[in-house]
Amino acid sequence: MKSVILRKGANMAMTGLMLAAALAVLVPLVLIFVHIIKMGLSSISLDFFTQIPKPTGETGGGMANGMAGSAVMIALASIIGLPIGIFGAIYLSEYGGSRISTVIRFAADVLAGIPSIITGMVAYTLLVVPMKGFSALAGAVALAMIMIPIILRTTEEQLKMVPGSLREASLALGVPLWRTSLKVTLRSAMTGVMTGVLLAIARVAGETAPLLFTALGNQFWSSKLTAPMAAMPLQIFNFAISPYEDWHRLAWAGALVLVTIMFALSLSARYFGRSRQKN
Amino acid sequence: MQNKVKLEQLNVHFGATHAVKDVSMDFFENSVTAIIGPSGCGKSTVLRAINRMHDLVPSARVTGRILLDDKDIYDKVADPVSIRRRVGMVFQKPNPFPAMSIYDNVIAGYKLNGRVNRSEADEVVESSLKRVALWDEVKDRLKGNSMELSGGQQQRLCIARTIAVKPEVILMDEPASALDPISTLKIEELIEELKEKYTIIIVTHNMQQAARVSDHTAFFYLGELVEAGETRKIFTTPDKKQTEDYITGRFG
Repeated sequence: MKSVILRKGANMAMTGLMLAAALAVLVPLVLIFVHIIKMGLSSISLDFFTQIPKPTGETGGGMANGMAGSAVMIALASIIGLPIGIFGAIYLSEYGGSRISTVIRFAADVLAGIPSIITGMVAYTLLVVPMKGFSALAGAVALAMIMIPIILRTTEEQLKMVPGSLREASLALGVPLWRTSLKVTLRSAMTGVMTGVLLAIARVAGETAPLLFTALGNQFWSSKLTAPMAAMPLQIFNFAISPYEDWHRLAWAGALVLVTIMFALSLSARYFGRSRQKN
Repeated sequence: MQNKVKLEQLNVHFGATHAVKDVSMDFFENSVTAIIGPSGCGKSTVLRAINRMHDLVPSARVTGRILLDDKDIYDKVADPVSIRRRVGMVFQKPNPFPAMSIYDNVIAGYKLNGRVNRSEADEVVESSLKRVALWDEVKDRLKGNSMELSGGQQQRLCIARTIAVKPEVILMDEPASALDPISTLKIEELIEELKEKYTIIIVTHNMQQAARVSDHTAFFYLGELVEAGETRKIFTTPDKKQTEDYITGRFG
């Protein structure tokens, strides 16, 4: 009898311990949100979304150019990264099976784990040095290099989950493998692929290090892809390390907006994932 | 009777497994040939060899010849895609494309190949669905989801999709084994009708079904062809003891 009580007590203790550990995951997230909202919310105004930063000494101003710059570079990075990631994944999932696929898969996993500052240095060497100047293009390439392995691996996983019977149905109708892969397999996996793409975008939206030596940042509006361009994470970084109180407030507001955007992206990724399961 | 498909010393290996051993036999035009045998006897493997479905399995190796109208489909210059347009296939589990409507499923063979002509498409959809006796059941919801159809309707939809691209040979891999008896009966009646225009090869587990729908029957055991001939003869006076034992239910 005693042993039963002991056993039940041990079970409860361990359950409590594991629950506490699981809850601990939430703590940093809640702390980040609470703190950023507290510090940033008061500085959010219409100006923040429409103005560019004011010169030192003047109060007010916003991060409109940073948001636009981030949007441009993420869009450009997606244009580069999506086809490479998705087509590469189709090769691995639908055509692969040879040794080269194993090598590519391993390389993608290593690439995904490379510190993003190194990705930035690679883009610097490949683009900034030969083009003799920092540029939005170099920033986008650096971001694309981070996106590609994420998109490649998530897309491959999604394609592998498509039942073989659909591929066979298409092939048996005399549809070539490449058309089958694009129009049947990829299409069936599309919602899952979109989830991976959104997660990749959420990941690079907050990247600062790869942009330091590539896009550099810009205090003004710039739409030239070959010139330095502002980006939200860069502006947050620059404002946060500046000595001015007003810029600190902008940095907090920027942090709040960035975290909100990433939160929204993750939520929509989950929504996509959910609607796929329903089918 | 005109021979349409001819197997000549067909061998299929999967890695170290020798799944089909030295099979030679004929399939005749406008007739139904049933392939029977216990699980794992290689009957589906033979069927899939006839439209080169094994091409996608890296470990699969096919040797010997398969003649379609006297041309070897495994010849170096033969193109698997054009062969599959001539040799259609219906699978064990109904597999309509879930993201497509009923209409789009029927026309999928054209649509996926990027060559659809609106008025022609309407005609193909209607005639194909009529041919499989599904038209009256779905004509009011052609744009509806194909997954809302019953299993038997889905399988007839898959057959409509197959005949829409006008093949010459139709391979059926246990097409009714996932269906209820009434749906099975409809599929069997359909097979009976389809043989007027097509050469049909059907793999089945169900011996009564083979006896009901086929003109010719081939009995496979452990990857080898034991006996092939007219269905009536195979089911009444088979030459081989093994065939008789299987038909009478003594093993398998």
